[in-house]
Amino acid sequence: MVAVVDTGIAAPPAARPRSAPRTGSLTRWIVLLLVGAYFLIPLYAATAFAVETPGGGVSAGVFAGIPSQQGFADAFGLSLNLAVVTIVITLALMVPTAIYVHLRLPRVQRLFEGITLLPIVIPPVVLIVGVLQVAPGSLKGTPYLLAFEYAVLAMPFAYRSLDSGLRALSLKTLVEASTSLGGGWFTTLFRVLLPNLRSAVLSATILTIALVLGEYTMASLDQYETFPVWMVVFSQDDAHVSVAVSLLSLVVVWLLLLGISLIDRRRGRTTPGES
Amino acid sequence: MAVSAPERAPVDHPIDGGSAPSRVLDGLKALSGLAPFAVYAFLFLGLPVIAIVVGAFTDPATGDFTLGNLQIAASGIYLQGYVTSIELSVVTAVIPGIIGLVVAYAVQSSRSSALRRVVSTASGVFANFGGVQLAFLFIASLGSSGLVVGWLKALGFDPYNHGFSLYTFVGIAIVYMYFQIPLMILVITPALEGLKPAWREAADNLGASAWQYWRMVGGPVLMPSFLGSVLLLFGGAFSAYATTQALTSGSLAITPIQIGAFLNGNVLSGQENVGKALGFGMIVIIAVVMVFYSVLQRRASKWLR
Repeated sequence: MVAVVDTGIAAPPAARPRSAPRTGSLTRWIVLLLVGAYFLIPLYAATAFAVETPGGGVSAGVFAGIPSQQGFADAFGLSLNLAVVTIVITLALMVPTAIYVHLRLPRVQRLFEGITLLPIVIPPVVLIVGVLQVAPGSLKGTPYLLAFEYAVLAMPFAYRSLDSGLRALSLKTLVEASTSLGGGWFTTLFRVLLPNLRSAVLSATILTIALVLGEYTMASLDQYETFPVWMVVFSQDDAHVSVAVSLLSLVVVWLLLLGISLIDRRRGRTTPGES
Repeated sequence: MAVSAPERAPVDHPIDGGSAPSRVLDGLKALSGLAPFAVYAFLFLGLPVIAIVVGAFTDPATGDFTLGNLQIAASGIYLQGYVTSIELSVVTAVIPGIIGLVVAYAVQSSRSSALRRVVSTASGVFANFGGVQLAFLFIASLGSSGLVVGWLKALGFDPYNHGFSLYTFVGIAIVYMYFQIPLMILVITPALEGLKPAWREAADNLGASAWQYWRMVGGPVLMPSFLGSVLLLFGGAFSAYATTQALTSGSLAITPIQIGAFLNGNVLSGQENVGKALGFGMIVIIAVVMVFYSVLQRRASKWLR
């Protein structure tokens, strides 16, 4: 294998590897081909499985038929509902706190980061056991208990997005400028800081949506039929539909992440601190 | 929340000459801005975790302190559950860790920026694609009537007659690799980018062979990042529940599945708190892993500036 690390900048001719580069690239392509096959074959298999019809033919009708499947509308609606509530909670909680910590309490920044990372240490299956133990009956009776917990699961992602957004701003200057021009904290937050944090807030939102739409563990153990729970239940009736829905989810994840990378690229172009 | 900054003397620079009590008061006032977040995190994260820890040490019948739950959780089928969980997590951390490193290196050392972009985008997508959706993808290919199994049967080889099943340890391990390999590529690539070409050139100029370079320079620099990434992969596999539950309907007895079974009501009388003891054990294991991870991260960051 060629053992020179490419930095993306054209290396001077002298630094080119002397050992036969052809063998190196051959090994490279074999590795990539094998690993690529591992990732692409299940995608191909799932597509073929989803579109095959009992008679042995092929039809893409299964995709068109998804929305009208028994229970789909309710489950997907519930998941979307939970996503909206989770996003509202996450943003209302994390945005002001992250700004406040960056601005006023830089010394507790590490502690704050540590707390937001805690949900990674607590497996969701363990967390939900504790939650169902302590939650009052009135909360256990509604699916929105899940939204409160999803906001906890979203903390690590949300913090990371907001933190990198805040680091790119000259926060102090913006706030001082706003206050010295007579802006109260409300004006400063909504008309100065939030517009500057738009891309950070958007990517936190997108990651939260992806999380809520895919979360199975807590929802199934709390016995609410969200979208992923419905997929498992429905697969007993028709596995073709569940496989088709899985493929669609993959496409949706891909689109959401593509959205984030486009946002990131735009963020890279704006000058820090501009308002 | 009040974010109005005073024009001068922000709180993080204590004012000289201020009396000690007023400084403490200022500090408390500043901290009070954290109250909403702190209360929320306590209610929905702290309290449940406390309930688990307390429950793990409580006798369900009398409410007294006991080590009985932990003893049950550390013996018999539950001990076996931990062993299987840890085995599964080690296998699906080390193998994808090595494969991910090789792929990341192959991509990184190629001169094609298009290849790099494709691999990093694909890694982002696949690393985030887990749960039940992933299970269905593999049922369609490696399930008993899956497409790949069909191809192999056509070639005269039925893997299901040779001890393979998607719904067992090996099958689950193959499925986990689908999100572990991309995750490894994502987390190890920055470390590979941190290997400076100048080091390689210096080694070349001093007459080092490729093997010597990797053994004495590249390897030691990469090692903390590699081990740290493998620990991260371990943590992910160890706490995973959805994929295995959807694939095996709970027949592969790993600890998360056993904990879930306690919630689904399969509980012997007197063992109501064993599920919490199992959860407590998982938290302890992951916490230990994370301590090692942060130590390795600190060592790795020395070279990644």
